[in-house]
Amino acid sequence: MEAAVAEPGNLAGVRHIILVLSGKGGVGKSTISTELALALRHAGKKVGILDVDLCGPSIPRMLQAQGRAVHQCDGGWVPVFVDQEQTVSLMSVGFLLEKPDEAVVWRGPKKNALIKQFVADVAWGQLDYLVVDTPPGTSDEHMAAVEALRPHSPLGAIVVTTPQAVSVGDVRRELTFCKKTGLRVIGVVENMSGFVCPHCAECTNVFSRGGGEELARHAGVPFLGSVPLDPKLTRSLEEGRDFIQEFPHSPAFHALSAIAQKVLETPAQLS
Amino acid sequence: MEETPHNCPGTGSAQAGRGAACQGCPNQRLCASGAGETPDPAIEEIKEKMKTVKHKILVLSGKGGVGKSTFSAHLAHALAEDENTQVALLDIDICGPSIPKIMGLEGEQVHQSGSGWSPVFLEDNLGVMSVGFLLSSPDDAVIWRGPKKNGMIKQFLRDVDWGEVDYLIVDTPPGTSDEHLSVVQYLAAARIDGAVIITTPQEVSLQDVRKEISFCHKVKLPIIGVVENMSGFVCPKCKKESQIFPPTTGGAEAMCQDLKIPLLGKVPLDPHIGKSCDEGRSFLIDAPNSPATLAYRSIIQMRLAPYSKNVSAVPARASLRSNGPPASGQSPSGRSPRVPGAAGAAASEGGSPSQTRSRRRGGGAQ
Repeated sequence: MEAAVAEPGNLAGVRHIILVLSGKGGVGKSTISTELALALRHAGKKVGILDVDLCGPSIPRMLQAQGRAVHQCDGGWVPVFVDQEQTVSLMSVGFLLEKPDEAVVWRGPKKNALIKQFVADVAWGQLDYLVVDTPPGTSDEHMAAVEALRPHSPLGAIVVTTPQAVSVGDVRRELTFCKKTGLRVIGVVENMSGFVCPHCAECTNVFSRGGGEELARHAGVPFLGSVPLDPKLTRSLEEGRDFIQEFPHSPAFHALSAIAQKVLETPAQLS
Repeated sequence: MEETPHNCPGTGSAQAGRGAACQGCPNQRLCASGAGETPDPAIEEIKEKMKTVKHKILVLSGKGGVGKSTFSAHLAHALAEDENTQVALLDIDICGPSIPKIMGLEGEQVHQSGSGWSPVFLEDNLGVMSVGFLLSSPDDAVIWRGPKKNGMIKQFLRDVDWGEVDYLIVDTPPGTSDEHLSVVQYLAAARIDGAVIITTPQEVSLQDVRKEISFCHKVKLPIIGVVENMSGFVCPKCKKESQIFPPTTGGAEAMCQDLKIPLLGKVPLDPHIGKSCDEGRSFLIDAPNSPATLAYRSIIQMRLAPYSKNVSAVPARASLRSNGPPASGQSPSGRSPRVPGAAGAAASEGGSPSQTRSRRRGGGAQ
């Protein structure tokens, strides 16, 4: 399968690889992956997104790329460009399904095989950043992705949580996973951090408060910021629009931009 | 470079590993060796074990974070409010076991006895099992591949001494993978009543939930219905409603109409839910008048309890209190929560076994 020594291959032109992880489902990994990619693009970077959530591939819809076909070239699969300027490219199992409602009912070994292919056989070309969106958990997909990406020295992982203890409880385990697999943690993002009522501006902590920052402190990793609940953000993702471009005054914009800025300032690790 | 075989004959079929679609599949050699043809003896053992369990309900969603564990826990709480109903809650989310925290049982450990593993009892009539009880620290990660997760699920179903149970509720992780295939496979001979599928209103959730529904059809798992969670938010200050997770494609209602599946109900967002879950208490008791509580109770009383064998029929009785004669003709025995002796070591490594709790909640349900 893959060589023990890093075979540059299709990742040779990729400068930085970032994994977006969480032990918990539904905290906003795909949201953060998408918005981070868009923010980096607006900072002038060429970005790729690799969606390794095989059972629930959310990214195509978030970038209005659902139903697009994947073509092959000499180097492998051609990723789908989501914009005319070809600054954001995407690969997801979503593109390989015959029908959008088709379930990918696979056990671990089959998932591992596809993830290895996604890492090795997608012709990304020259990219400043490759953002890897993952499903929740600490299982096959995560191990496969980390093993396949390890020879390419990822920049690190962004770990996403919501403020509540139930979420933090799972995400602690994800941080252990990072430690055990030698994956550097760029930082923790707390998503769904309060909701400002659009009618009266009262802020309600719908999913409790404080958990993300506390978690970062406990684990000794940087806290990258809190992203509030923002119906404009949710709607943008539903409709596959560019939130960063269209809603610069919306509550979540500032937090997302700050996170992207911190990523831009994160230096590559010395090997 | 291969694409994944779409026409997989199934690992148990005679064509497994031998069909044209199998070429290049990483499982091909395993299937061709015939390993998939021999039925796992555990299936029969689990069938025997499940004879004392009257109703089995799976709580599923393709999507993460929609409220499966929250719903499972509160379904268990609500059913167990009737002291004569024996309830078992099984958490098969191996990587992200939320149930111990939500049920206020963090730090509890599992004991072994001659008759198997004992679940952790929250009440005399409410037993819980989760991999969370087998971990010695909240930071421990369960970094297991599929086969090991499957083994754990097999043990949970075969080796836990559930006793006489009216309702076994199985909380699952998001997705359509090992855990889901395993629980359906291992319970194949024991007959699952059906699945409750949880979603939130937005399309990003629904697109995953449709896959889950497709999974249910594929494995012939009956669908009891869909619950739409986080369905609207009422500001506690100005009382105006906002759609934090907007139903841009019609929400669960449109999806259910489309796929001809019952919509069991909609539950609004309530910040108290998260708080109660974080603190391990029943939200139904903490906030009895919340619209979310009323929605939960309506769903549970009207659509899930008591649960009849006919999936599409709405149960005749709406009241939670009168359970009527149990289906098998045997009355549920009062079950002692105490583990006989302390013969076996605790199932987790390290740590000393803690006392199994037996406590009652103050006051009645409503």
